[in-house]
Amino acid sequence: MATKTQSPIANAPATSLSNEEILRYSRHLIMPEVGMEGQLKLKNAKVLLIGTGGLGAPLGLYLAAAGVGKLGLVDFDVVDFTNLQRQVTFGTSDVGKHKSAAAQARLSNLNPDIEVLSFETQLTSGNALELFKDFDIIVDGTDNFPTRYLVNDACILLGKPNVYGSIFRFEGQATVFGTPAGPCYRCLYPEPPPPGLVPSCAEGGVLGVLPGIVGSIQAMETIKLILGAGDSLAGRLLLFDALGMKFRELKLRKNPDCPMCGKNRTIHQLIDYYEFCGVRGEEALAPDLQVPEMTPRELKSRLDRGDDLYILDVREPHEYQICNIKGHLLPLGELPRRVHELDSSREIVAHCRSGKRSAEAVDFLRKAGFRKIHNLKGGILAWSDEVDPSVPKY
Amino acid sequence: MAVKVIIPTPLRVYAAKKDSAEVSAQTVGEALGGLTTQYTELRKHLFTEDGKLRSFVNVYLNDEDIRYMAKEATPVKDGDVVSIVPSIAGGNHCGR
Repeated sequence: MATKTQSPIANAPATSLSNEEILRYSRHLIMPEVGMEGQLKLKNAKVLLIGTGGLGAPLGLYLAAAGVGKLGLVDFDVVDFTNLQRQVTFGTSDVGKHKSAAAQARLSNLNPDIEVLSFETQLTSGNALELFKDFDIIVDGTDNFPTRYLVNDACILLGKPNVYGSIFRFEGQATVFGTPAGPCYRCLYPEPPPPGLVPSCAEGGVLGVLPGIVGSIQAMETIKLILGAGDSLAGRLLLFDALGMKFRELKLRKNPDCPMCGKNRTIHQLIDYYEFCGVRGEEALAPDLQVPEMTPRELKSRLDRGDDLYILDVREPHEYQICNIKGHLLPLGELPRRVHELDSSREIVAHCRSGKRSAEAVDFLRKAGFRKIHNLKGGILAWSDEVDPSVPKY
Repeated sequence: MAVKVIIPTPLRVYAAKKDSAEVSAQTVGEALGGLTTQYTELRKHLFTEDGKLRSFVNVYLNDEDIRYMAKEATPVKDGDVVSIVPSIAGGNHCGR
């Protein structure tokens, strides 16, 4: 026999629990569906969480508490105040820290008997396979289309299950992709929606509890996969409507012609997912709209001078309630049919939250023949930074 | 046939904020057509300019994907539920 270069003990699966662990997991152990055997499966399991945000919070907390032996956390983002409304892993003192490191500290404190690894990096086509290869199950808690297709494709290439969850406002979806007989994300959504048809920010936002519920469903599915217990969501898409408090279930079929998991696979390696989702095009389009601009300081001095300026606020009414600079409210979506309410002979300064929607409004109005019109550069956020800090930022 | 079409959250803004609509139709395609007649702004989100269902829009008749039935020609019966299931990426914070 050749000499082993590595101690076999290091990689050998755990075969027993310490007395402290037995006490910690006693509510699992006394349940025959888990028992000692199931708890050891959890201890030997390796799960990688992509994203430590809204979905990642309950995922990390419950999987750590349940005793999943090795948890990897992938996130490049930093905790900010707007995260705290739903990302319950973090406390106020974590603001400014890297999410994966802050979550690692929280989960290690919750359960010191497990190994928590922090990967402070953006998941890319270049690192995904390398990151995924040491884990048994990948859990997708990301917030964008390119990463979702990347996670899917990497899971299919490596033959690893992908526990999927997604949310929008009051609505959630969950399923398990990438099991041997089951469908993949591309079977359900062969193509991403073009950026122009993705709901606009005015309809964005999310009720904080929703990722808690959907992430908890993902945690449950992950644990079921590890235990080999119950009926997996693989092959079923769970739809959750929080307002109606309704769960529905749709059948998911493996697409025989799927380019990723079908018989005649046409995708054999990871691709450029930003290009695939048209995201670069979107980024280039929106902020670079060439429209005349006015800075907040310029606007302030013009107003102080008593110039006759018409301030047009193109945000939504609920945003106006958060804060306003006494502009005339006319939401971007209503502009085409209410354009006659505006006087093209007056000088107009349009604004929104950050300046992107109002750039679209200025562009639209210029095409409609308005000449004396400006976009407030940086929107009401910049106004708060540069002119009046008493205006709250959101 | 009277069928119910469930409108997903991201599309409700184009459908007077309604979560569903009752339409009269013989097929799934007619049901969606009836919906976009009621709410014209929905049309471009569901159909291409030449009237084909967009590839990223998933439509279910009850709990079955119409891609594995007769697609838009799939017949409907009274009380059926047609669901539009959009891809949501979610939690995406967009800073506009």
